[in-house]
This record gives sequence, structure tokens and C-alpha cells, in this order.
Amino acid sequence: MAIATTVDNPAVAPVVSRSVRRSPLAGTDRLWALAFVTPYVAVFCAFVLYPVGYGMWLGSDVASYRQLLADPVFPSAVVNTLIYLLVAVNLKLLLALLLSGLFMGRGWWRKLLLLIFILPWAVPGIPSFISIHWMLNSQWGLINNAIWALFQVDGPPWLDNAHLALGSVIYAHIWKWLPFWTVIFLAGRMAVPRELYESAEVDGAGALDRFFHITFPLLGGLYLVCTLLSTIWALGDFNSVRFISGGGPALSTHVLATLGIRNAFELGNPALGMATVLSALPLLIPLVVLLMRQLRRGEVQL
Amino acid sequence: MSVASRARFDRRLTELGIGLLSVVLLIWTLVPLYNMVRVALQGKEDVFSSNVFPTAPTLDSFRTAIDESYWLLENFWGQMGNSLYIGLTVAFLTLAIGTLTSFTISRMRIRRGWMLTNAALLTYAIPMSFLAIPFYSIMGKYGLTDNPIAVIAVEVTFATPYAIFIFKQYGASIPLELDDAARIDGASPPQIFFRIYLPLMAPALVAIGTYALLLSWNEYLYAFLLLSSDGHITVPVGLGKFLNSDEAPWNYLMAAAIIYALPPMAIYYAFRRKMSSGLTMGGVKG
Repeated sequence: MAIATTVDNPAVAPVVSRSVRRSPLAGTDRLWALAFVTPYVAVFCAFVLYPVGYGMWLGSDVASYRQLLADPVFPSAVVNTLIYLLVAVNLKLLLALLLSGLFMGRGWWRKLLLLIFILPWAVPGIPSFISIHWMLNSQWGLINNAIWALFQVDGPPWLDNAHLALGSVIYAHIWKWLPFWTVIFLAGRMAVPRELYESAEVDGAGALDRFFHITFPLLGGLYLVCTLLSTIWALGDFNSVRFISGGGPALSTHVLATLGIRNAFELGNPALGMATVLSALPLLIPLVVLLMRQLRRGEVQL
Repeated sequence: MSVASRARFDRRLTELGIGLLSVVLLIWTLVPLYNMVRVALQGKEDVFSSNVFPTAPTLDSFRTAIDESYWLLENFWGQMGNSLYIGLTVAFLTLAIGTLTSFTISRMRIRRGWMLTNAALLTYAIPMSFLAIPFYSIMGKYGLTDNPIAVIAVEVTFATPYAIFIFKQYGASIPLELDDAARIDGASPPQIFFRIYLPLMAPALVAIGTYALLLSWNEYLYAFLLLSSDGHITVPVGLGKFLNSDEAPWNYLMAAAIIYALPPMAIYYAFRRKMSSGLTMGGVKG
């Protein structure tokens, strides 16, 4: 999972003008071209088009939507999904944007801090999520042990209360992905010409002025693309919920991605599972359309 | 206060703020990781205690994981092997398919190359977990249940689009005149691909190879759904199994998790520069 931003680096700048006209492919070259694209076309047809089509067909039965709407877990999963997307994604990206400013400065300790700060991104997700799950255990977990050691009071039941459990999932998501987006914004900031800041400083602009009048306008396009992409990815996020709260307590923290898997595999009803997942389409499609449009403008490239 | 001392005071205050923020950030980052190490160092009884620091740190859990001397860790090294095998295959196939496709789109200038680019973009925008249900049924139809090939197929499918974007962008810095010159000398497309394109793409290949390897090494959902027998599952699936058992030996689980997390971390930090240059090849035109 990654995205690219950029730094104006003359070494990688396109050297060749794209206007060089070339004759259309002919003869053996055509065959070679065909042979070269065949693997990707095959992968795309067998593992993207076919599953998408098959999934649509599985989820096309009206009865399973009726069943889905009758399930009391479904509305709460929809609400959880929306809260998760709005809070986790926006909080994470805002923090990432601000933190990337911290790492822009000079000094060896900032470099060292950045190396430590990106650890959550470098460590595979599952071990971290399992650790966070156990750390939040109300009886034996590190957090409540620390609260007891410091204040001699019992900490809250993090994973046994629906609101706290959803909050814990959001915390885990932000912890895991904050470094990645910070690095993306850091690269974006580095692409902003230094002279802009210097001349603004000469004109007497403060740190806040520089943020709102230089950084934000210039990174706005990137920020929007990151928000869209991160929302799409968070919509499909299975691991955070699965390993932090497991959808509990009492199925209260399921999101559509985990509820779909539960309905399909634990309850053994693939059509219901597919209906659950497809109910996210009204949200997913506008996001994808917006993303494509934004990318086509060419300000930010993937 | 004079202007000079005022400015000095302001600077001190900013420094203090930055220092404080750094400490908070350090704690925020390290707590879950510290917990991992803390639990791994605990003895069996120590796990269910209210301490913050392990009272009698021991490497027993690591020994248990390495010796596979606990029933849930019976095939730990086998699982590491499976993860590695799947990861390397995914990396190789992603590189092969990605380079061939980007070479054809941007170097051979095929008509309708944009269709391939759009297909890749579309794949990139589909949340991976949303296709898990149809994928599971389809793999059953292909006769690939409990077969690593099924997992490899999914991961290659989801790693290739990003590979194509990066290769296309990186490839734009290689002058087309090189191809033309080779062509005049009578080189065929495969010769241009192997002798000119691939060698010049080396940095991007390293970045994407690492990306695909890590994507596969870290992947859980598909490996969990598509692999079932003990001989085929990958490490994350094995770790997940701990949570379903009643006794949940957290210290063994964490020790195994740390061993599993070390190779990607080593790769990550070793290739950090290459990765970030690979990741920063696109363009934000401020």
C-alpha cells in the first residue's frame, strides 16, 4: 500500500519530449507487444473482472438485502463505518500534515526521531494489533497496569464498552498509519520551493501565516487525494477491527468489511456477506470518481 | 522586556514546545512496541500480573518459539518458510508482469495503452477485502483451495497496479533515443527490454520488489481465508490462531510475533533510502 509524491529532482525529471512521432507498431513488434501485455491482461481478467462480476452476481439477490436490513447488527455496522472513516482518516491526516512540519526542521535529533517514529509502519500490522489488543485488556493489560501504578485507580474497560472499543480501533488505525502519511506530506513539503518561505519570512510572515498561506494552498491537492485514498483503504480495512475489538463487545463494533466476512464465512452465507460489502458502494463509487478526477488533473500523481 | 530578550524568550518557548511534542510522540510510538517486548520477556505466570516492567525477564518464550516446543508453534519455521516462499514469488511475478506491461505501454506505444492504465487504476481503487468473498468461491472453482498459488495470485493482482504506475513514471526518465538507436542496430523488442530497459530500471525494481515482498509478508485476510492446513498457512495466520485458543499464551505469541516482524523491519531500514526515492518519484507540481 503506497502512494507517491514528489520532490522536484532534476535527476528523475522527464528528459525526452513526448512529441517524438513514431510509426504505429507493425508485424513482429505487434506480436511482441501482444505477448508482453498478455500476463497482465490475464491477471486482470481472471482475478479482477471475474471476481468483481461474480461478486455482483452473488450480491444481486434482493432477498439477501431484506435479510441484511432485518439484522440489527447492520445499522450499527453502518454507523461504525462512518464514524471510523470520518474520525480515523481525518484526525490521522491532520496530525500527519502538522507533524510533517516538525520533521522539516534541521538537527540530527529530528532525523533520529523520524527513524523511531516510522517504526509502526515498518512493523507488520498483525503483531502490533495483537499487542495493542492485549495492552488494552482491562484486567492484565499494560495501560491499566500503568494507570493503577500511577494513580491507584482501575482503568476503564477499553474493549468491553462499545464506545471505548470503537475508540480503541480508531487509535490502533491512527497509530499504525500516521507515520506513512506523515512521510507522504513530508515529501510534499520538500517539493515546495524554499525561497517561498524565505521571502515570506523576510516580509514578516509568522509560522502560522506561512502554514496557511504557503503550505496549505500548495499541499491542498495532495491533501485531498490522500483523504480520498485513505478513506477508500480504511473502508476496506479488516485487520484493525478484527484484531483490536474483534467486532465485540456483543457485535457492537463491526464495520462493513468485517461484518461482510462474518456473514459470509462464520454464518456461511456468501450472498448475505456480499450484500453487506456491496452496501458500501454508494459511498465507494463517489470516492473513486472524485479520486480519478483529481488524479486526471495531474497535480498529484500516483 | 527588550525586543532582543523577547525574541529569545519566544524561541525558548518554541524549543520547549517542540521538545515536549517529541517526548509525547516518542511515548505514543513506543508503547505498543514496548508492550510486545515486555510480554515476550515475561514468564508464563508473569503474564497475568499487574506489573508495568517484567519482574523476572527471561528469554524462555523466544527459546520456545525457536524450538517450536509449544503446540501452537509446532510448525513456526515452516510457516516462516511459507511466508517467505509466497513473498518472494509475489515479488518476482509483480516485477515481471509490471515491467512487461509498463514497457509495452510507454516504450512500444501500443494503441489503447490507456485502457491498461485505467484497468490498473481501477484495481488500485478497489478495497482488497471487498473481493474476498467472490475470490474464495472462485479459487474453489479453480481447484486452488488451500493452495499457496491462490494467495500468490491475489497478492500479485493487488501489487501490480502500483508497480505499473511507478515503472511508468520512472521509465519516463530513460531517453527513448536509446530504444531508437538499438532498433536501428537491429535489436528486437525483447532485446531492448532485457538489455536496455531492465538495467536502467534497477532502482525502481528494488523499490517495487521490496514493496511487493512486504505487502505479501504482512497480508492476513486472504492467507487466512484461502489457506487452511497447518503445512500451508503463513505466520500471520498462525499468530491469529493463538487468539482462538482458550489458554492464550501471550508471551509465546509475542515472542513469535517479534521474530516474524524482524526481517521486514531489517529490509525496511536497509532499503529505506531506495524505498523513499522509489516512493517519491511521482510529481506534486506545487
